[in-house]
Amino acid sequence: MNNLTRRNFVRLIGTAGAAYSVLGWPLIAQAGKSSGRVVIVGGGFGGASCAKYLSRIAPGVELTLVERDTKFITCPFSNAVLGGLYDINFITQSYGALRTVYGVNVIHDSATVIDPSAKKVFLAGGTALEYDHLVVSPGIDFQWGAIEGYDQTASEIIPHAWKAGPQTLLLRRQLEQMRDGGVVIIAPPKNPFRCPPGPYERASMIAHYLKQAKPKSKILIYDAKNKFSKQPLFELGWQKLYPGMIEWIKESDGGDIERVDAQTMTVYPTFGDPQKADVINLIPPQKAGAIANAAGLSNDDGWCMVNQRTFESSVHQNIHVIGDAAIANPMPKSGFAASSQGKVCAMAIAASLSGQKMPDPSYVNTCYSLVGPEYGISVAAVYRMGEEGIVSVKGAGGTSPADAPDAFRKDEARYALGWYESITSDIWA
Amino acid sequence: MLTSIKILVFMMASLLSMWLLPAGHAEELTRGAMLSVSCDGCHGTDGHSPGSIPDISGKSAEYIRNALEEFRSGERESTVMMRQAKGYTDEEMVLIAEYFAHRN
Repeated sequence: MNNLTRRNFVRLIGTAGAAYSVLGWPLIAQAGKSSGRVVIVGGGFGGASCAKYLSRIAPGVELTLVERDTKFITCPFSNAVLGGLYDINFITQSYGALRTVYGVNVIHDSATVIDPSAKKVFLAGGTALEYDHLVVSPGIDFQWGAIEGYDQTASEIIPHAWKAGPQTLLLRRQLEQMRDGGVVIIAPPKNPFRCPPGPYERASMIAHYLKQAKPKSKILIYDAKNKFSKQPLFELGWQKLYPGMIEWIKESDGGDIERVDAQTMTVYPTFGDPQKADVINLIPPQKAGAIANAAGLSNDDGWCMVNQRTFESSVHQNIHVIGDAAIANPMPKSGFAASSQGKVCAMAIAASLSGQKMPDPSYVNTCYSLVGPEYGISVAAVYRMGEEGIVSVKGAGGTSPADAPDAFRKDEARYALGWYESITSDIWA
Repeated sequence: MLTSIKILVFMMASLLSMWLLPAGHAEELTRGAMLSVSCDGCHGTDGHSPGSIPDISGKSAEYIRNALEEFRSGERESTVMMRQAKGYTDEEMVLIAEYFAHRN
């Protein structure tokens, strides 16, 4: 080995490795042989997970991710930003690793038109992308006008803050500027909507802030529903941490809002008295993100029917819809569920491109909510494909126990933060 | 002479690369991978947790399988794992344990 330098030796190893990759050495071949063009629209929890895992499963695939924004601000932990626990930078993710580590061609643009017969996506900037498989992960859009008086202009006074970013900061600013003794209204929509426990975690985090800064204030939850996710756990936590501060008005008690007036800061329920407030956070009814509708992928209710095994659209072949936009009940519209679907979808596409059989899908949801900085609760579920679609595995999952000691809630608050750090690194790092 | 050394080195390099490449390289399109990649959501990619959730990278298959079985039976105390582990059969736990033991 006299004239063989260390560098040459490493080079040789590389050559040998490449040779084996080309030959498809049985131990390492797997789906690495698959090739093809995959375009993913939307770089959130669903789309970015799908991109990263597809790159890992099928390194030969040409992967393009189309995402409007250069940074992605996550809805998970945006309630903790509202509560003053973190700053917006903490929940801001970027696309550097997907580009450099995973070789994904990330294009910051918006998909405007999909031509399923030509298998092409057209971007606002003029680019046309050809695909063998297209993944649409557009998240949600709002049904503007479903509540009288609530449109995009009104949302500058009455924030929804249901897409994290400037809206989160606007709501935070309003809370900071509010007088002590003020009234905050949070108005969650009917099911289905993004992040079912989110409005109630939001009430908790706002209460945490008000308890310290404006303790005479009150939070009214005007709910379009008669029950909500993790309800007994939230109510227990509110009683313990914020007694008397949060009042939940269910639909049957006049909680369903049909009209808002942004000038007078008043909400009008379907019955009962109008209510004025200092800060209103209206979370409007939702539908799949705009491109889903433009491409004819959504149904009359605004959501997308898919084959829940592969997430291929029921409308168009070789187009997959994942995340909040897809109908995947009993999976909730959560970031974790979207990520889990992104991985299953990546497996389905890798199998299709390499002519292999897709392993039977397995999906998971794990979702933490912070009731206080040291008071966490969770819900979990494992899902499989049943005869008619996705089913929860019986006996598994469920919420945190109702009778858990304080130490358990503290552990779950710690794990909530660990969850955030893990899932965001699993997707964007 | 030099050629035979080169061949020898190439063979050594080949063997080494076979051992080096699978880990952290191409993901497998297997049932084990399907079951395991959803664990990454909380435990981090390949089990590398950056925060408070236990890191399971580099743990032996036996350790992971035991832990999963004990979470499922309630023998081992946990917050969420006792609920998650009930979603998997013995055979699936073996596949998950083998998967993480072979990633790095």
